[in-house]
Amino acid sequence: MNELVAQPAASSQQHLSPNQKAWLRFKRNRPAVIGTWFLLALALLVVLSPWIIPYNPNTLTDAQFQPPSAQHWFGTDVHGRDLLARIFAGARISLLVGAIGAGVSLLIGVLWGAVAGYVGGRWDSFMMRSVDILYSMPPVIFVIVLVTTLEARLMGTLVSLHHENWTWLVRIFLLLVGLCSLSWLTTARIVRGQVLSLRNRQFVEASRTMGAGTLRILRWHILPNVLGVVIVYLTLTVPAIILYESFLSYLGLGIQPPMASWGSLIAEGANQMNPIHIYWWLLAFPAAFLVATLLALNFVGDGLRDAWDVRGGG
Amino acid sequence: MYFLRRLAFIPPLLLVVSFLAFGLMHLAPGNPFDRERKPASPDVERNLARKYHLDEPFLKQYARYLGGLAHGDFGPSLKYRDHTVTDIIAQGLPVSMTLGWLAFCFALGIGLPLGFYTAVERGRWPDYLGSFFAILVICIPGLVIGPILVVTLAIHWRIFPVALWESPWHAILPTIALGLYFSGRIARLMREGMLGIMQSEFVTTARAKGLSEFQVLSRHAVRLAILPVLSYSGPLLADLLTGSFVVENIFQIPGIGTSLVNGMSNRDYPLVVGLVILYAALLLVLNVLVDLTYSILDRRVKYE
Repeated sequence: MNELVAQPAASSQQHLSPNQKAWLRFKRNRPAVIGTWFLLALALLVVLSPWIIPYNPNTLTDAQFQPPSAQHWFGTDVHGRDLLARIFAGARISLLVGAIGAGVSLLIGVLWGAVAGYVGGRWDSFMMRSVDILYSMPPVIFVIVLVTTLEARLMGTLVSLHHENWTWLVRIFLLLVGLCSLSWLTTARIVRGQVLSLRNRQFVEASRTMGAGTLRILRWHILPNVLGVVIVYLTLTVPAIILYESFLSYLGLGIQPPMASWGSLIAEGANQMNPIHIYWWLLAFPAAFLVATLLALNFVGDGLRDAWDVRGGG
Repeated sequence: MYFLRRLAFIPPLLLVVSFLAFGLMHLAPGNPFDRERKPASPDVERNLARKYHLDEPFLKQYARYLGGLAHGDFGPSLKYRDHTVTDIIAQGLPVSMTLGWLAFCFALGIGLPLGFYTAVERGRWPDYLGSFFAILVICIPGLVIGPILVVTLAIHWRIFPVALWESPWHAILPTIALGLYFSGRIARLMREGMLGIMQSEFVTTARAKGLSEFQVLSRHAVRLAILPVLSYSGPLLADLLTGSFVVENIFQIPGIGTSLVNGMSNRDYPLVVGLVILYAALLLVLNVLVDLTYSILDRRVKYE
């Protein structure tokens, strides 16, 4: 409120675009602003971590299962690796996978939903029925089949092309494809609903009578209007993908050792739990980072949703 | 009429799903007998393949599978040779369903009151606290909360058993681990639904009639505010009733959630396809039921 009042009278008369209003509303949402700063700080730390943290995340030492101390802030793991270094190495993977996965699945979902909703008729029912069918399959199946069928083949191709150094990328790539293969479904449904309601608005009909083609109308009239929904869903898809990656890593289908993601670190920590020794730090710190990041993303997503006043979904 | 038509669409959809699952499984390299005592002679392998008709062309295998399915036979398990898929499902499903149902009730029991309360108290301290709790819980996946519950309540304080599925006492920790996340989701949906309804005109009318706030909320508002939760509970229940790999794995519960993942890695084709069909059938039927309930609660909704 203060920002609005503090402005000179002339500018309060000034017309604000919906996006500017949304931005003002977002800035007033304290949890969302804190969440944004947290994410920015985390991203910065993740980028700078190799130069800040004096340990290599993959160096094996004899100092196994050291509890947190001045030397190892977060303790060490079963192979004597510094947990702090591993958490930041894992953050790189988790955040990267979350961002790229959400971006790609959103792209597919928006295109699929927009085309189905705009073209309508037989294409619409065909496209949405296939979404229904994919919806009714357990998602794990796709990932497992993808990873098992393509991994060996891609590895072989890379080796035959003498790119052995790149083989670690294969698993991440397949993981991303698997994550994206089903996470676009919800977006497609939501965007289709939006497009259906936009399609018959007067400004779209006006543009159509003036001879604009399908692609032009989609690009200039429909897509800008679903942008708000899409951005909101982007911030809600990122945590979903990060969670799903951690689940797959828990299954052993995700990131392969010695690389780490938050999910694989949590799984390692959970496996080290036994009644005799409780190495709590192995579970507590990766989990805390995961939970804090998801929390920040959710706050930002909620803030954006309130700012743009997007209803429905979940 | 509309709902009968919806129900009639389920079998063809299941057919497509089963074909997809069958095809995907056969795409994956390797076969169910790869991990047998290693130097199994090629003859043994060939005989096994012949016994289970794995040497036939793909479409013929699929047709054979469908033929069995028509008689309610899900086929033999290729990994656990003494059992049929029907046996495995019959053993694991009741366990998974019990746990899933408990978790569902737990999620509703926490989520609905919390969502209701935070909506009524909107913008005050109880709302901030309650909403923070709901969002926090959404951010703690089962693979985090499960081990935490085990380490604190079971190993450290020894209040609950660490694992296994024997007495009602054993069910408490898995129920919380499975249901907590969804209680947060439900609380958020319920809050949003309530906020939307409380601003609508018929609630104002009910207030103007002089009904007490309690009557307005409990008799008029809740009925419609619960609709988003209702839509969500179809897929949720299908998910919960067919078992969770993470929770069943952490607490060593003999359900079918672990069977799906293990079946995938063992290439136990009939087991996986059977479980996929089960999941899809449950999901589709529940979605029809959800829509039916929806139209009863909200008379403005007309399906045609």
